[in-house]
Amino acid sequence: MAALLADNLPVPPPNEALLALGIEGSANKVGVGLIRYVPATGAYDILANPRETYVTPPGTGFRPRETAQHHQRHVVPLVQKCLREAGVDASEIGCVCYTRGPGMGGPLRSCAVAARVLARLWRVPLVPVNHCVAHIEMGRVATDVSDPVVLYVSGGNTQVLAFSGRRYCIFGETIDIAVGNCLDRFARVLGLSNDPSPGYNIEKCARDGKKFAPLPYVVKGMDVSFSGLLTFISQNAPKLLAGGYTPSDLCYSLQETIFAMLVEVTERAMAHCGRKDVLLVGGVGCNRRLQAMMAAMARGRGGACCDMDHRYCVDNGAMIAQAGIFAFQHGSRAAWASCDCTQRFRTDEVEAVWRRPTET
Amino acid sequence: MSALAEAEEDADTPARDHWSLLSQGAEARVYGLDLCGLPAVAKHRHRKAYRIAALDGRLRRDRTLAEARALARCRARGVPAPAVLGVDAARCVLYLERVPGPTARAFVDANRADPARLGAVLAALGGAVARLHAAGLVHGDLTTSNAVCRAADDVVLIDFGLAGASAQVEDRAVDLYVLERALASTHRDADGLVAAVLAAYAAAAADAKQVLRRLDAVRARGRKRECFG
Repeated sequence: MAALLADNLPVPPPNEALLALGIEGSANKVGVGLIRYVPATGAYDILANPRETYVTPPGTGFRPRETAQHHQRHVVPLVQKCLREAGVDASEIGCVCYTRGPGMGGPLRSCAVAARVLARLWRVPLVPVNHCVAHIEMGRVATDVSDPVVLYVSGGNTQVLAFSGRRYCIFGETIDIAVGNCLDRFARVLGLSNDPSPGYNIEKCARDGKKFAPLPYVVKGMDVSFSGLLTFISQNAPKLLAGGYTPSDLCYSLQETIFAMLVEVTERAMAHCGRKDVLLVGGVGCNRRLQAMMAAMARGRGGACCDMDHRYCVDNGAMIAQAGIFAFQHGSRAAWASCDCTQRFRTDEVEAVWRRPTET
Repeated sequence: MSALAEAEEDADTPARDHWSLLSQGAEARVYGLDLCGLPAVAKHRHRKAYRIAALDGRLRRDRTLAEARALARCRARGVPAPAVLGVDAARCVLYLERVPGPTARAFVDANRADPARLGAVLAALGGAVARLHAAGLVHGDLTTSNAVCRAADDVVLIDFGLAGASAQVEDRAVDLYVLERALASTHRDADGLVAAVLAAYAAAAADAKQVLRRLDAVRARGRKRECFG
Protein backbone atom coordinates (compact mmCIF):
# COMPACT_ATOMS: atom_id res chain seq x y z
CA MET A 1 0.00 0.00 0.00
CA ALA A 2 1.65 3.23 -1.10
CA ALA A 3 0.33 6.70 -1.74
CA LEU A 4 1.32 8.99 -4.59
CA LEU A 5 5.07 9.55 -4.54
CA ALA A 6 6.35 13.05 -3.87
CA ASP A 7 8.21 13.45 -7.14
CA ASN A 8 5.55 11.94 -9.36
CA LEU A 9 3.08 14.00 -11.35
CA PRO A 10 -0.58 13.66 -10.35
CA VAL A 11 -2.48 11.08 -12.36
CA PRO A 12 -4.23 13.05 -15.13
CA PRO A 13 -7.99 12.71 -15.72
CA PRO A 14 -9.79 10.46 -16.16
CA ASN A 15 -8.33 9.41 -12.82
CA GLU A 16 -10.04 6.06 -12.59
CA ALA A 17 -9.43 2.76 -10.90
CA LEU A 18 -7.14 0.65 -13.03
CA LEU A 19 -6.00 -2.94 -12.89
CA ALA A 20 -2.69 -3.75 -14.62
CA LEU A 21 -1.21 -7.17 -15.27
CA GLY A 22 2.58 -7.41 -15.56
CA ILE A 23 4.59 -10.23 -17.11
CA GLU A 24 8.31 -10.55 -16.46
CA GLY A 25 10.69 -13.10 -17.96
CA SER A 26 13.96 -11.44 -18.95
CA ALA A 27 16.22 -13.91 -17.11
CA ASN A 28 15.67 -17.18 -15.22
CA LYS A 29 12.50 -16.07 -13.46
CA VAL A 30 9.05 -15.85 -14.95
CA GLY A 31 6.54 -13.83 -12.95
CA VAL A 32 3.02 -12.49 -13.32
CA GLY A 33 1.78 -9.68 -11.08
CA LEU A 34 -1.42 -7.70 -10.68
CA ILE A 35 -1.52 -4.11 -9.45
CA ARG A 36 -4.63 -2.11 -8.67
CA TYR A 37 -4.66 1.68 -8.60
CA VAL A 38 -7.17 3.09 -6.11
CA PRO A 39 -8.03 6.71 -7.04
CA ALA A 40 -9.55 7.55 -3.64
CA THR A 41 -6.27 6.99 -1.81
CA GLY A 42 -3.80 7.22 -4.71
CA ALA A 43 -2.46 3.83 -3.65
CA TYR A 44 -1.05 1.07 -5.80
CA ASP A 45 -1.88 -2.33 -4.31
CA ILE A 46 -0.22 -5.57 -5.32
CA LEU A 47 -3.04 -8.11 -5.50
CA ALA A 48 -0.94 -11.13 -6.47
CA ASN A 49 2.60 -11.76 -7.65
CA PRO A 50 3.37 -15.46 -8.29
CA ARG A 51 6.71 -16.49 -9.79
CA GLU A 52 8.64 -19.55 -10.99
CA THR A 53 12.44 -19.79 -11.09
CA TYR A 54 14.45 -21.94 -13.46
CA VAL A 55 17.15 -23.53 -11.30
CA THR A 56 20.00 -25.48 -12.91
CA PRO A 57 22.34 -28.05 -11.26
CA PRO A 58 25.45 -26.83 -9.35
CA GLY A 59 28.32 -25.87 -11.62
CA THR A 60 26.05 -24.82 -14.47
CA GLY A 61 24.27 -21.65 -15.53
CA PHE A 62 20.97 -21.13 -17.32
CA ARG A 63 20.98 -21.10 -21.12
CA PRO A 64 18.56 -19.00 -23.21
CA ARG A 65 16.80 -21.90 -24.94
CA GLU A 66 16.07 -24.00 -21.86
CA THR A 67 15.11 -20.88 -19.93
CA ALA A 68 12.69 -19.87 -22.69
CA GLN A 69 11.12 -23.32 -22.62
CA HIS A 70 10.77 -23.07 -18.83
CA HIS A 71 8.96 -19.74 -19.18
CA GLN A 72 6.72 -21.05 -21.94
CA ARG A 73 5.70 -23.93 -19.71
CA HIS A 74 4.89 -21.74 -16.73
CA VAL A 75 3.51 -18.48 -18.03
CA VAL A 76 -0.10 -19.58 -18.62
CA PRO A 77 -0.46 -21.41 -15.26
CA LEU A 78 1.08 -18.32 -13.59
CA VAL A 79 -1.47 -16.00 -15.20
CA GLN A 80 -4.27 -18.29 -14.00
CA LYS A 81 -2.77 -18.50 -10.53
CA CYS A 82 -2.34 -14.72 -10.39
CA LEU A 83 -6.00 -14.07 -11.30
CA ARG A 84 -7.15 -16.72 -8.84
CA GLU A 85 -5.03 -15.39 -5.95
CA ALA A 86 -6.15 -11.83 -6.65
CA GLY A 87 -9.77 -12.93 -6.95
CA VAL A 88 -10.36 -10.82 -10.05
CA ASP A 89 -11.89 -11.60 -13.40
CA ALA A 90 -9.88 -11.07 -16.59
CA SER A 91 -12.53 -8.62 -17.81
CA GLU A 92 -11.48 -6.16 -15.07
CA ILE A 93 -7.93 -5.81 -16.39
CA GLY A 94 -7.21 -2.46 -18.05
CA CYS A 95 -3.80 -3.09 -19.60
CA VAL A 96 -1.17 -5.79 -20.00
CA CYS A 97 2.44 -4.76 -19.26
CA TYR A 98 5.44 -6.84 -20.30
CA THR A 99 9.22 -6.61 -20.22
CA ARG A 100 10.48 -5.20 -23.52
CA GLY A 101 14.13 -5.56 -22.43
CA PRO A 102 16.95 -5.72 -21.57
CA GLY A 103 17.44 -9.44 -21.05
CA MET A 104 17.91 -12.76 -22.80
CA GLY A 105 16.26 -12.96 -26.23
CA GLY A 106 14.40 -16.25 -26.01
CA PRO A 107 12.97 -15.79 -22.52
CA LEU A 108 11.96 -12.19 -23.33
CA ARG A 109 10.25 -13.25 -26.52
CA SER A 110 8.34 -16.07 -24.81
CA CYS A 111 6.79 -13.63 -22.34
CA ALA A 112 6.23 -10.92 -24.94
CA VAL A 113 4.23 -13.39 -27.03
CA ALA A 114 2.18 -14.39 -23.98
CA ALA A 115 1.48 -10.72 -23.23
CA ARG A 116 0.50 -10.07 -26.84
CA VAL A 117 -1.96 -12.96 -26.87
CA LEU A 118 -3.56 -11.87 -23.60
CA ALA A 119 -3.89 -8.26 -24.75
CA ARG A 120 -5.61 -9.39 -27.96
CA LEU A 121 -7.81 -11.84 -26.09
CA TRP A 122 -8.92 -9.30 -23.51
CA ARG A 123 -8.93 -6.38 -26.02
CA VAL A 124 -6.78 -4.14 -23.84
CA PRO A 125 -3.65 -2.07 -24.64
CA LEU A 126 -0.19 -3.57 -24.41
CA VAL A 127 2.45 -1.59 -22.44
CA PRO A 128 6.17 -2.30 -23.11
CA VAL A 129 8.33 -1.77 -20.00
CA ASN A 130 12.06 -1.34 -19.44
CA HIS A 131 13.15 -3.91 -16.87
CA CYS A 132 15.58 -1.56 -15.07
CA VAL A 133 13.01 1.23 -14.81
CA ALA A 134 10.57 -1.33 -13.39
CA HIS A 135 13.02 -2.23 -10.63
CA ILE A 136 13.40 1.45 -9.74
CA GLU A 137 9.67 2.20 -9.71
CA MET A 138 8.80 -0.88 -7.65
CA GLY A 139 11.56 0.16 -5.24
CA ARG A 140 10.33 3.72 -4.94
CA VAL A 141 6.77 2.60 -4.27
CA ALA A 142 7.75 -0.19 -1.88
CA THR A 143 10.09 1.95 0.23
CA ASP A 144 8.33 5.29 -0.29
CA VAL A 145 11.57 7.14 -1.05
CA SER A 146 10.93 9.75 -3.71
CA ASP A 147 14.23 10.72 -5.31
CA PRO A 148 17.16 8.48 -4.36
CA VAL A 149 20.37 7.53 -6.05
CA VAL A 150 19.70 3.97 -7.23
CA LEU A 151 22.15 1.11 -7.27
CA TYR A 152 20.74 -1.55 -9.56
CA VAL A 153 22.67 -4.78 -9.16
CA SER A 154 21.62 -8.10 -10.66
CA GLY A 155 22.85 -10.98 -12.77
CA GLY A 156 22.67 -8.94 -15.94
CA ASN A 157 22.97 -5.32 -14.84
CA THR A 158 25.12 -3.07 -12.67
CA GLN A 159 24.21 0.61 -12.79
CA VAL A 160 24.27 3.68 -10.58
CA LEU A 161 21.29 5.81 -11.51
CA ALA A 162 19.58 9.04 -10.58
CA PHE A 163 16.64 10.92 -12.04
CA SER A 164 17.78 13.98 -13.97
CA GLY A 165 15.78 16.01 -16.45
CA ARG A 166 13.17 13.56 -17.69
CA ARG A 167 15.06 10.28 -17.41
CA TYR A 168 16.92 7.93 -15.13
CA CYS A 169 20.48 8.78 -16.05
CA ILE A 170 23.26 6.26 -15.73
CA PHE A 171 26.01 7.88 -13.70
CA GLY A 172 28.14 4.80 -13.42
CA GLU A 173 27.95 1.24 -14.63
CA THR A 174 30.00 -1.86 -15.21
CA ILE A 175 32.25 -1.69 -18.21
CA ASP A 176 32.14 -5.45 -18.68
CA ILE A 177 30.12 -8.12 -16.80
CA ALA A 178 27.43 -7.54 -14.19
CA VAL A 179 28.21 -8.05 -10.51
CA GLY A 180 25.66 -10.86 -10.21
CA ASN A 181 27.22 -12.61 -13.18
CA CYS A 182 30.59 -12.43 -11.42
CA LEU A 183 29.09 -13.98 -8.26
CA ASP A 184 27.14 -16.65 -10.18
CA ARG A 185 30.19 -17.72 -12.13
CA PHE A 186 32.37 -17.89 -9.05
CA ALA A 187 29.72 -20.04 -7.38
CA ARG A 188 30.14 -22.43 -10.31
CA VAL A 189 33.91 -22.52 -9.71
CA LEU A 190 33.25 -23.59 -6.12
CA GLY A 191 30.40 -25.89 -7.15
CA LEU A 192 27.88 -24.13 -4.92
CA SER A 193 24.17 -24.80 -5.37
CA ASN A 194 22.03 -22.60 -7.63
CA ASP A 195 19.07 -23.14 -5.28
CA PRO A 196 17.57 -20.69 -4.37
CA SER A 197 20.29 -18.62 -6.08
CA PRO A 198 24.08 -18.84 -6.35
CA GLY A 199 24.43 -15.39 -4.80
CA TYR A 200 22.51 -16.46 -1.70
CA ASN A 201 24.79 -19.45 -1.22
CA ILE A 202 27.91 -17.31 -1.63
CA GLU A 203 26.50 -14.93 1.00
CA LYS A 204 25.87 -17.82 3.39
CA CYS A 205 29.31 -19.29 2.75
CA ALA A 206 31.01 -15.89 3.22
CA ARG A 207 29.66 -15.58 6.78
CA ASP A 208 32.27 -18.10 7.93
CA GLY A 209 35.10 -16.39 6.05
CA LYS A 210 37.89 -14.87 8.12
CA LYS A 211 41.03 -14.67 6.03
CA PHE A 212 41.01 -11.91 3.43
CA ALA A 213 42.66 -12.63 0.08
CA PRO A 214 43.66 -9.43 -1.74
CA LEU A 215 41.92 -9.21 -5.13
CA PRO A 216 42.01 -6.73 -8.00
CA TYR A 217 39.92 -3.65 -7.19
CA VAL A 218 38.85 -1.89 -10.37
CA VAL A 219 37.02 1.43 -10.06
CA LYS A 220 37.30 4.03 -12.80
CA GLY A 221 35.57 7.20 -11.75
CA MET A 222 31.96 6.09 -11.33
CA ASP A 223 32.41 2.90 -13.37
CA VAL A 224 33.38 -0.56 -12.18
CA SER A 225 34.83 -3.65 -13.84
CA PHE A 226 34.51 -7.26 -12.69
CA SER A 227 35.80 -9.48 -15.48
CA GLY A 228 39.51 -9.24 -14.59
CA LEU A 229 38.67 -9.82 -10.94
CA LEU A 230 36.62 -12.93 -11.82
CA THR A 231 39.42 -14.33 -14.00
CA PHE A 232 41.92 -13.70 -11.22
CA ILE A 233 39.96 -15.41 -8.46
CA SER A 234 38.81 -18.28 -10.71
CA GLN A 235 42.32 -19.06 -11.93
CA ASN A 236 43.89 -18.67 -8.50
CA ALA A 237 41.18 -20.52 -6.58
CA PRO A 238 42.95 -23.94 -6.64
CA LYS A 239 46.21 -22.34 -5.47
CA LEU A 240 44.49 -20.31 -2.75
CA LEU A 241 42.46 -23.31 -1.55
CA ALA A 242 45.66 -25.35 -1.33
CA GLY A 243 47.42 -22.49 0.43
CA GLY A 244 45.35 -22.13 3.57
CA TYR A 245 42.23 -20.34 2.30
CA THR A 246 38.83 -22.03 2.70
CA PRO A 247 35.97 -21.65 0.19
CA SER A 248 34.35 -19.40 2.82
CA ASP A 249 37.44 -17.17 2.88
CA LEU A 250 37.25 -16.78 -0.90
CA CYS A 251 33.52 -15.95 -0.85
CA TYR A 252 34.19 -13.44 1.93
CA SER A 253 37.10 -11.84 0.03
CA LEU A 254 35.10 -11.67 -3.18
CA GLN A 255 32.08 -10.11 -1.49
CA GLU A 256 34.11 -7.59 0.50
CA THR A 257 36.00 -6.47 -2.61
CA ILE A 258 33.17 -6.17 -5.10
CA PHE A 259 30.71 -4.65 -2.64
CA ALA A 260 33.31 -2.05 -1.59
CA MET A 261 33.64 -1.11 -5.27
CA LEU A 262 29.87 -0.76 -5.61
CA VAL A 263 29.50 1.33 -2.45
CA GLU A 264 32.38 3.56 -3.50
CA VAL A 265 30.88 4.43 -6.89
CA THR A 266 27.46 4.92 -5.32
CA GLU A 267 28.95 7.36 -2.82
CA ARG A 268 30.70 9.25 -5.61
CA ALA A 269 27.40 9.55 -7.50
CA MET A 270 25.67 10.79 -4.34
CA ALA A 271 28.34 13.44 -3.82
CA HIS A 272 28.06 14.41 -7.49
CA CYS A 273 24.26 14.77 -7.50
CA GLY A 274 23.93 16.06 -3.94
CA ARG A 275 21.52 13.31 -2.84
CA LYS A 276 21.44 11.60 0.53
CA ASP A 277 19.32 8.50 0.08
CA VAL A 278 20.16 5.28 -1.73
CA LEU A 279 17.79 2.67 -3.08
CA LEU A 280 19.21 -0.78 -3.59
CA VAL A 281 17.41 -2.88 -6.22
CA GLY A 282 18.00 -6.06 -8.23
CA GLY A 283 18.74 -9.60 -7.11
CA VAL A 284 22.14 -8.77 -5.59
CA GLY A 285 20.37 -6.08 -3.57
CA CYS A 286 19.04 -8.91 -1.37
CA ASN A 287 22.54 -9.49 -0.01
CA ARG A 288 22.60 -8.49 3.69
CA ARG A 289 26.28 -7.62 3.67
CA LEU A 290 25.85 -5.25 0.73
CA GLN A 291 22.83 -3.72 2.49
CA ALA A 292 24.86 -3.21 5.69
CA MET A 293 27.78 -1.60 3.83
CA MET A 294 25.48 0.67 1.88
CA ALA A 295 23.62 1.67 5.04
CA ALA A 296 26.91 2.54 6.78
CA MET A 297 27.94 4.73 3.86
CA ALA A 298 24.56 6.45 3.60
CA ARG A 299 24.45 7.11 7.36
CA GLY A 300 27.82 8.85 7.08
CA ARG A 301 26.29 11.19 4.51
CA GLY A 302 23.26 11.91 6.68
CA GLY A 303 20.93 9.75 4.60
CA ALA A 304 19.58 6.25 4.55
CA CYS A 305 19.72 3.13 2.46
CA CYS A 306 16.31 1.77 1.56
CA ASP A 307 16.65 -1.89 0.90
CA MET A 308 13.86 -4.11 -0.11
CA ASP A 309 12.83 -7.61 0.69
CA HIS A 310 12.90 -10.55 -1.68
CA ARG A 311 9.39 -9.93 -2.93
CA TYR A 312 10.40 -6.77 -4.77
CA CYS A 313 14.18 -7.00 -5.16
CA VAL A 314 14.11 -10.17 -7.23
CA ASP A 315 12.55 -10.06 -10.70
CA ASN A 316 8.77 -10.28 -10.53
CA GLY A 317 5.64 -9.45 -12.47
CA ALA A 318 4.31 -6.73 -10.15
CA MET A 319 7.27 -4.47 -10.79
CA ILE A 320 6.58 -4.61 -14.53
CA ALA A 321 2.92 -3.79 -13.83
CA GLN A 322 4.03 -0.91 -11.56
CA ALA A 323 6.25 0.81 -14.15
CA GLY A 324 3.71 0.02 -16.86
CA ILE A 325 0.73 1.45 -14.96
CA PHE A 326 2.65 4.70 -14.28
CA ALA A 327 3.43 5.12 -17.99
CA PHE A 328 -0.07 4.13 -19.05
CA GLN A 329 -1.82 6.48 -16.63
CA HIS A 330 0.31 9.36 -17.87
CA GLY A 331 -0.72 8.86 -21.46
CA SER A 332 2.06 6.66 -22.77
CA ARG A 333 0.67 4.51 -25.60
CA ALA A 334 2.61 2.11 -27.77
CA ALA A 335 1.52 1.22 -31.30
CA TRP A 336 0.84 -2.49 -31.60
CA ALA A 337 3.63 -2.90 -34.18
CA SER A 338 6.17 -1.24 -31.85
CA CYS A 339 5.47 -3.72 -29.02
CA ASP A 340 8.57 -5.80 -29.67
CA CYS A 341 11.31 -6.93 -27.32
CA THR A 342 15.03 -6.32 -27.39
CA GLN A 343 18.07 -7.65 -25.57
CA ARG A 344 19.67 -4.22 -25.37
CA PHE A 345 17.56 -1.43 -23.90
CA ARG A 346 19.34 1.22 -21.87
CA THR A 347 17.65 2.68 -18.81
CA ASP A 348 18.20 6.25 -20.07
CA GLU A 349 16.28 5.60 -23.29
CA VAL A 350 12.98 5.76 -21.39
CA GLU A 351 11.26 9.07 -20.77
CA ALA A 352 9.77 8.83 -17.28
CA VAL A 353 6.58 10.71 -18.17
CA TRP A 354 5.08 10.11 -14.72
CA ARG A 355 7.78 12.03 -12.88
CA ARG A 356 8.15 15.78 -12.38
CA PRO A 357 10.98 16.87 -14.71
CA THR A 358 14.00 18.40 -12.97
CA GLU A 359 16.27 21.22 -14.12
CA THR A 360 19.47 20.05 -15.75
CA MET B 1 29.92 15.56 13.20
CA SER B 2 27.74 12.61 12.30
CA ALA B 3 27.97 9.30 14.10
CA LEU B 4 29.79 7.70 11.25
CA ALA B 5 32.23 10.54 10.75
CA GLU B 6 33.20 9.86 14.34
CA ALA B 7 33.50 6.17 13.65
CA GLU B 8 35.88 7.04 10.85
CA GLU B 9 38.27 8.63 13.33
CA ASP B 10 40.94 6.24 14.45
CA ALA B 11 44.49 6.16 15.69
CA ASP B 12 45.68 7.03 12.20
CA THR B 13 43.71 10.25 12.02
CA PRO B 14 46.12 13.15 12.04
CA ALA B 15 45.95 15.75 14.82
CA ARG B 16 44.11 18.66 13.25
CA ASP B 17 44.63 21.62 15.55
CA HIS B 18 44.56 24.76 13.44
CA TRP B 19 43.21 22.90 10.43
CA SER B 20 40.05 24.21 8.80
CA LEU B 21 37.85 22.02 6.64
CA LEU B 22 37.76 23.39 3.07
CA SER B 23 35.83 20.68 1.32
CA GLN B 24 34.53 17.17 1.74
CA GLY B 25 34.38 14.85 -1.22
CA ALA B 26 33.33 11.23 -1.49
CA GLU B 27 36.83 10.02 -0.82
CA ALA B 28 38.75 12.63 1.12
CA ARG B 29 38.50 15.74 3.27
CA VAL B 30 40.59 18.76 2.34
CA TYR B 31 41.79 21.09 5.12
CA GLY B 32 43.57 24.43 5.00
CA LEU B 33 46.56 24.88 7.31
CA ASP B 34 49.79 26.71 7.83
CA LEU B 35 52.86 24.52 7.37
CA CYS B 36 55.93 26.25 8.83
CA GLY B 37 54.75 29.54 7.40
CA LEU B 38 53.66 28.12 4.06
CA PRO B 39 49.98 28.25 3.15
CA ALA B 40 49.13 24.59 2.62
CA VAL B 41 46.29 22.12 2.28
CA ALA B 42 46.08 18.65 3.75
CA LYS B 43 44.12 16.05 1.80
CA HIS B 44 43.12 13.30 4.18
CA ARG B 45 41.71 10.08 2.79
CA HIS B 46 39.71 9.16 5.84
CA ARG B 47 38.78 5.70 6.92
CA LYS B 48 35.68 4.23 5.33
CA ALA B 49 33.77 2.27 7.93
CA TYR B 50 31.91 0.22 5.33
CA ARG B 51 35.10 -1.42 4.06
CA ILE B 52 37.06 -4.04 5.99
CA ALA B 53 40.27 -2.61 7.42
CA ALA B 54 42.62 -4.70 5.26
CA LEU B 55 41.07 -3.43 2.04
CA ASP B 56 40.46 0.09 3.27
CA GLY B 57 44.07 0.61 4.38
CA ARG B 58 45.49 -0.67 1.13
CA LEU B 59 43.23 1.45 -1.06
CA ARG B 60 43.77 4.67 0.86
CA ARG B 61 47.53 4.23 0.99
CA ASP B 62 47.90 3.25 -2.69
CA ARG B 63 45.77 6.14 -3.84
CA THR B 64 47.58 8.67 -1.67
CA LEU B 65 50.91 7.53 -3.07
CA ALA B 66 49.62 7.45 -6.66
CA GLU B 67 48.36 11.01 -6.34
CA ALA B 68 51.68 12.15 -4.88
CA ARG B 69 53.56 10.51 -7.76
CA ALA B 70 51.34 12.14 -10.38
CA LEU B 71 51.81 15.54 -8.75
CA ALA B 72 55.57 15.07 -8.48
CA ARG B 73 55.68 14.19 -12.18
CA CYS B 74 53.69 17.34 -12.98
CA ARG B 75 56.21 19.43 -11.06
CA ALA B 76 59.16 17.80 -12.80
CA ARG B 77 57.64 18.31 -16.24
CA GLY B 78 56.44 21.87 -15.85
CA VAL B 79 52.71 21.11 -15.58
CA PRO B 80 50.96 23.74 -13.45
CA ALA B 81 49.92 21.74 -10.38
CA PRO B 82 50.36 22.19 -6.63
CA ALA B 83 53.73 21.23 -5.14
CA VAL B 84 53.79 18.22 -2.83
CA LEU B 85 55.05 19.42 0.55
CA GLY B 86 54.85 16.09 2.30
CA VAL B 87 53.33 12.64 2.21
CA ASP B 88 52.14 10.87 5.35
CA ALA B 89 51.53 7.42 3.89
CA ALA B 90 50.71 5.88 7.28
CA ARG B 91 47.86 8.31 7.88
CA CYS B 92 47.00 8.73 4.19
CA VAL B 93 47.54 12.48 4.22
CA LEU B 94 48.96 14.51 1.37
CA TYR B 95 50.35 17.95 2.25
CA LEU B 96 50.18 20.26 -0.74
CA GLU B 97 50.93 23.84 -1.64
CA ARG B 98 47.80 25.95 -1.25
CA VAL B 99 47.19 27.64 -4.57
CA PRO B 100 45.65 31.08 -4.04
CA GLY B 101 42.84 32.24 -6.29
CA PRO B 102 39.30 31.44 -7.37
CA THR B 103 38.37 28.22 -9.16
CA ALA B 104 38.13 28.46 -12.93
CA ARG B 105 34.43 27.86 -12.46
CA ALA B 106 34.01 31.02 -10.39
CA PHE B 107 36.44 32.96 -12.57
CA VAL B 108 34.57 32.11 -15.78
CA ASP B 109 31.22 33.06 -14.29
CA ALA B 110 32.59 36.34 -12.91
CA ASN B 111 34.18 37.33 -16.22
CA ARG B 112 31.50 36.48 -18.74
CA ALA B 113 31.30 40.14 -19.77
CA ASP B 114 35.06 40.50 -20.22
CA PRO B 115 36.10 38.64 -23.39
CA ALA B 116 39.80 39.34 -22.90
CA ARG B 117 39.97 37.85 -19.39
CA LEU B 118 37.61 35.01 -20.31
CA GLY B 119 39.70 34.18 -23.38
CA ALA B 120 42.91 34.27 -21.33
CA VAL B 121 41.68 31.85 -18.67
CA LEU B 122 40.29 29.37 -21.21
CA ALA B 123 43.53 29.49 -23.18
CA ALA B 124 45.52 28.91 -20.00
CA LEU B 125 43.29 25.96 -19.13
CA GLY B 126 43.74 24.40 -22.58
CA GLY B 127 47.48 24.97 -22.38
CA ALA B 128 47.71 23.39 -18.92
CA VAL B 129 45.90 20.25 -20.13
CA ALA B 130 48.22 20.07 -23.16
CA ARG B 131 51.26 20.19 -20.87
CA LEU B 132 49.71 17.57 -18.58
CA HIS B 133 49.24 15.21 -21.52
CA ALA B 134 52.74 15.94 -22.81
CA ALA B 135 54.01 14.79 -19.41
CA GLY B 136 52.43 11.37 -19.99
CA LEU B 137 49.57 11.90 -17.53
CA VAL B 138 45.81 12.09 -17.73
CA HIS B 139 43.76 13.83 -15.03
CA GLY B 140 40.63 11.68 -15.01
CA ASP B 141 38.33 14.38 -13.64
CA LEU B 142 38.91 17.64 -15.51
CA THR B 143 36.31 20.23 -14.54
CA THR B 144 36.37 23.97 -14.02
CA SER B 145 36.11 23.24 -10.29
CA ASN B 146 39.39 21.33 -10.47
CA ALA B 147 41.37 24.29 -11.81
CA VAL B 148 42.48 27.33 -9.79
CA CYS B 149 43.27 30.72 -11.34
CA ARG B 150 46.33 32.38 -9.82
CA ALA B 151 45.79 35.01 -12.53
CA ALA B 152 43.73 35.21 -15.73
CA ASP B 153 46.54 33.63 -17.70
CA ASP B 154 47.86 31.33 -14.96
CA VAL B 155 45.70 28.27 -14.31
CA VAL B 156 46.75 25.47 -11.94
CA LEU B 157 45.19 22.01 -12.16
CA ILE B 158 44.23 20.41 -8.84
CA ASP B 159 42.73 17.16 -7.48
CA PHE B 160 44.74 14.37 -9.05
CA GLY B 161 42.82 11.69 -7.18
CA LEU B 162 41.76 9.95 -10.40
CA ALA B 163 44.92 10.77 -12.37
CA GLY B 164 46.99 8.12 -14.05
CA ALA B 165 50.00 7.65 -16.26
CA SER B 166 48.93 7.25 -19.86
CA ALA B 167 50.14 8.45 -23.23
CA GLN B 168 47.24 6.89 -25.13
CA VAL B 169 45.28 9.01 -27.56
CA GLU B 170 42.05 7.44 -26.29
CA ASP B 171 42.70 8.40 -22.66
CA ARG B 172 43.63 11.95 -23.63
CA ALA B 173 40.49 12.29 -25.74
CA VAL B 174 38.37 11.01 -22.85
CA ASP B 175 40.06 13.56 -20.58
CA LEU B 176 39.01 16.35 -22.98
CA TYR B 177 35.53 14.86 -23.31
CA VAL B 178 35.03 14.89 -19.55
CA LEU B 179 36.11 18.54 -19.50
CA GLU B 180 33.76 19.36 -22.35
CA ARG B 181 30.81 17.73 -20.56
CA ALA B 182 31.74 19.48 -17.32
CA LEU B 183 31.80 22.86 -19.08
CA ALA B 184 28.41 22.13 -20.66
CA SER B 185 26.85 21.13 -17.37
CA THR B 186 28.24 23.95 -15.21
CA HIS B 187 28.23 26.97 -17.54
CA ARG B 188 25.55 28.38 -19.81
CA ASP B 189 26.38 28.88 -23.52
CA ALA B 190 29.30 26.52 -23.10
CA ASP B 191 29.96 25.99 -26.82
CA GLY B 192 32.20 29.04 -27.05
CA LEU B 193 34.06 28.05 -23.88
CA VAL B 194 34.73 24.54 -25.18
CA ALA B 195 35.94 25.89 -28.53
CA ALA B 196 38.37 28.29 -26.81
CA VAL B 197 39.82 25.56 -24.57
CA LEU B 198 40.22 23.13 -27.46
CA ALA B 199 41.84 25.79 -29.67
CA ALA B 200 44.45 26.44 -26.98
CA TYR B 201 44.96 22.70 -26.56
CA ALA B 202 45.39 22.28 -30.32
CA ALA B 203 47.97 25.04 -30.43
CA ALA B 204 50.02 23.61 -27.55
CA ALA B 205 49.78 19.80 -27.85
CA ALA B 206 52.11 17.98 -30.22
CA ASP B 207 49.64 15.26 -31.25
CA ALA B 208 46.56 17.47 -30.95
CA LYS B 209 45.26 16.48 -34.37
CA GLN B 210 45.05 12.82 -33.45
CA VAL B 211 43.57 13.51 -30.02
CA LEU B 212 40.90 15.85 -31.39
CA ARG B 213 40.01 13.36 -34.09
CA ARG B 214 39.58 10.72 -31.39
CA LEU B 215 37.54 13.21 -29.36
CA ASP B 216 35.01 13.23 -32.23
CA ALA B 217 34.79 9.45 -31.97
CA VAL B 218 34.38 9.59 -28.17
CA ARG B 219 31.62 12.18 -28.60
CA ALA B 220 29.85 10.00 -31.15
CA ARG B 221 30.08 7.08 -28.75
CA GLY B 222 28.50 9.39 -26.21
CA ARG B 223 27.47 6.84 -23.64
CA LYS B 224 26.57 7.72 -20.13
CA ARG B 225 28.52 10.95 -19.89
CA GLU B 226 25.55 12.53 -21.63
CA CYS B 227 23.55 12.26 -18.47
CA PHE B 228 25.92 14.30 -16.35
CA GLY B 229 24.43 17.47 -15.05
